[in-house]
Amino acid sequence: MDVLLEIKELHTGFRMNDTFYNAVDGVSLSLRKNEILAIVGESGCGKSTLATSIMGLFDQRTTRIQGEILYQQKNLAALTEEQLNEVRGLEISMIFQDPLSALNPLMRVGDQIEEGLIYHTDLSKEERKQRVLTLLQQVGIQDPKHVARQFPHQLSGGMRQRIMIAIAICCKPKIIIADEPTTALDVTIQAQILDLLVELQKETGAGIILITHDLGVVAEVADRVVVMYAGEIVEEAPIKELFLHPQHPYTRSLFHSIPQMNKKSDRLNVIEGIVPSLIHLPRSGCRFADRIPWIPQEAHEENPQLHEISPGHFVRCTCWKSFYFNTRKGERYV
Amino acid sequence: MSFMQIHNLKVHYPVRGGILNSVVDYIYAVDGISMEFEKGKAYGLVGESGCGKSTTGKVIIGLEKITAGRICYEGVDVTNSNNHRKSAFNRDIQMIFQDAHSSLNPRKRVQDIIAEPIRNFLKLTPKEEKRKIHELLEIVGMPEDAKYKYPHEFSGGQKQRIGIARAIATNPKLIIADEPVSALDLSVQAQVLNFMKEIQREYGLSYLFISHDLGVVQHMCEHISIMYKGRFVETGSKYDIYKNPQHIYTKRLLSAIPNTSPIGRDERKKERILVEKHYQENVRKYFDRQARVFDLVPVSKTHFVAATSSMKGGF
Ligand SMILES: Nc1ncnc2c1ncn2[C@@H]1O[C@H](COP(=O)(O)OP(=O)(O)OP(=O)(O)O)[C@@H](O)[C@H]1O
Ligand SMILES: Nc1ncnc2c1ncn2[C@@H]1O[C@H](COP(=O)(O)OP(=O)(O)OP(=O)(O)O)[C@@H](O)[C@H]1O
Ligand code: SF4
Ligand SMILES: [Mg+2]
Ligand SMILES: [Mg+2]
Repeated sequence: MDVLLEIKELHTGFRMNDTFYNAVDGVSLSLRKNEILAIVGESGCGKSTLATSIMGLFDQRTTRIQGEILYQQKNLAALTEEQLNEVRGLEISMIFQDPLSALNPLMRVGDQIEEGLIYHTDLSKEERKQRVLTLLQQVGIQDPKHVARQFPHQLSGGMRQRIMIAIAICCKPKIIIADEPTTALDVTIQAQILDLLVELQKETGAGIILITHDLGVVAEVADRVVVMYAGEIVEEAPIKELFLHPQHPYTRSLFHSIPQMNKKSDRLNVIEGIVPSLIHLPRSGCRFADRIPWIPQEAHEENPQLHEISPGHFVRCTCWKSFYFNTRKGERYV
Repeated sequence: MSFMQIHNLKVHYPVRGGILNSVVDYIYAVDGISMEFEKGKAYGLVGESGCGKSTTGKVIIGLEKITAGRICYEGVDVTNSNNHRKSAFNRDIQMIFQDAHSSLNPRKRVQDIIAEPIRNFLKLTPKEEKRKIHELLEIVGMPEDAKYKYPHEFSGGQKQRIGIARAIATNPKLIIADEPVSALDLSVQAQVLNFMKEIQREYGLSYLFISHDLGVVQHMCEHISIMYKGRFVETGSKYDIYKNPQHIYTKRLLSAIPNTSPIGRDERKKERILVEKHYQENVRKYFDRQARVFDLVPVSKTHFVAATSSMKGGF
């Protein structure tokens, strides 16, 4: 397989009261060419931290990155700011969750798209202008000439997100990291943006890391899925395998939390509680055990590891083998 | 029998401009909607951002001024009386706000936030009030010591529960829930939805459940209205809307919902593109010359859909 990006044992910690607390805690994964890899998990589980670590966008004084992020035999985690600038935008680009805060409010959107081209290409001014219009057209904007001259606040949320995508793809990057690219949008615009991403990817063969907490979005576009909980990967599998045979208790509880379209049951089978904050995270043993106290202690591994239970399907620990849901009335539910 | 009826409700916001700062135009945020509410039922209100959902909720509880139309509550016209703070209507209709964070006063302790409607509407002694607050915290599954804390000390899901505790404090008949879970994670969302269903069953509550998430609405509501630019394009039972949608806008909305199964996604995408193409080609027929949605006409006893330009009368 054509591996584009390989992350090995990544730990990203934030400094609080002179101690580093890891928000990403030993994550290893790889992204292949032509692949959409979805990363799912609840708020605070470390998805954005992972993405931002890859892009090298953290302040090194308050953030500590350990481990390797390998891209074309280079360890991105060890590059200097100048070396990173060569890679960012040109080869790896990012689409942010909130386009309004990522775009420059005082600059026409056409000029913002052009910036990347000035920095990374030798195109003439004329050629650049032309390329900007083509890009706008590619992301489905009807009247590129007019829109290029607008400022971000003059555009709707869906349009702004398209501008972000145009900026992200302007240099045909090999890797696109999209952090919740559609979370702020209405479903119809969301569907259009997702279809667009898939189209663009087919054209360029890029690898996409798609971060989301919407399992519906994952089901519509992803090829492979990584499920994170409290800074760790708890499950990883090809798309169909994960949706048909989710194993880890956390993954299963996520699926049971979806108010599914055609489901009869009245109650959503959810595991109560929330992800603990960074400072309160248990740093040894099982991080999820607190939320499923009815599962006996012996069922958990002392040092939960990822096990490959079928080709490409990894599950942390062994507790999933004896897991069942426990409803509030004390009924067992598998 | 419905306990509350809304007839042809309108909220138009004036747009001011020019040198004299005079009214130059109006935003037709809500533009002629009618609804009825029955005991113990949940009504869904769905539509894209800016279509007028929150305005609908706010005008019903009296936070926005009614431009035109009528609200009847238990046989009494309350259209103009809903600023009487202590009226039964104000006690019986409560709201959970879209933004739990900003709707809770950051300088008040949880106990005072929850006590506010109690003090307005119920004549309780301090001791009874204290007991009531304990009871409410227990119902929403919060620990007792939560009452001494301030809103910022809670997570999003917990804040939403505080908002719910406040809304149910006066034993209301109808709760208007404006996007009560859209800011929450899947599992916290599920916890709040389960809880809202539980108290609905227990107290015979009715909901007006506002959301842009059709999955959530389908899970919660028996009756659903689809809103577009201040008007209803379609209204009907859950079955009518999801299995037998009639309006082009409803169809497009349904086709855009991400399915939670990866199987058949390529076909869905093709279908979605066809629906979108059909929508772009035909959408004009569904709106009048002022780009307004036509009036509703009946499809069945429960199901109503906005007419089209080629159609005079019913289906
Ligand atoms: N700059 C920072 N300094 C300190 N802590 C941080 C910082 N950024 C994130 N965190 C913490 O790290 C953890 C992971 O945060 P992250 O933003 O990666 O989560 P996420 O999975 O992207 O969540 P969401 O779905 O809400 O976007 C959280 O507990 C968060 O509070
Ligand atoms: N106080 C106000 N003055 C003027 N216009 C307003 C006011 N409040 C809302 N509007 C406008 O009325 C329309 C309907 O707004 P509303 O908040 O009801 O939409 P919504 O359906 O709740 O949207 P969302 O899903 O984004 O919450 C919008 O165009 C909005 O800009
Ligand atoms: S033992 Fe079970 S609950 Fe604990 S970390 Fe492993 S998989 Fe999670
Ligand atoms: Mg994030
Ligand atoms: Mg709203």
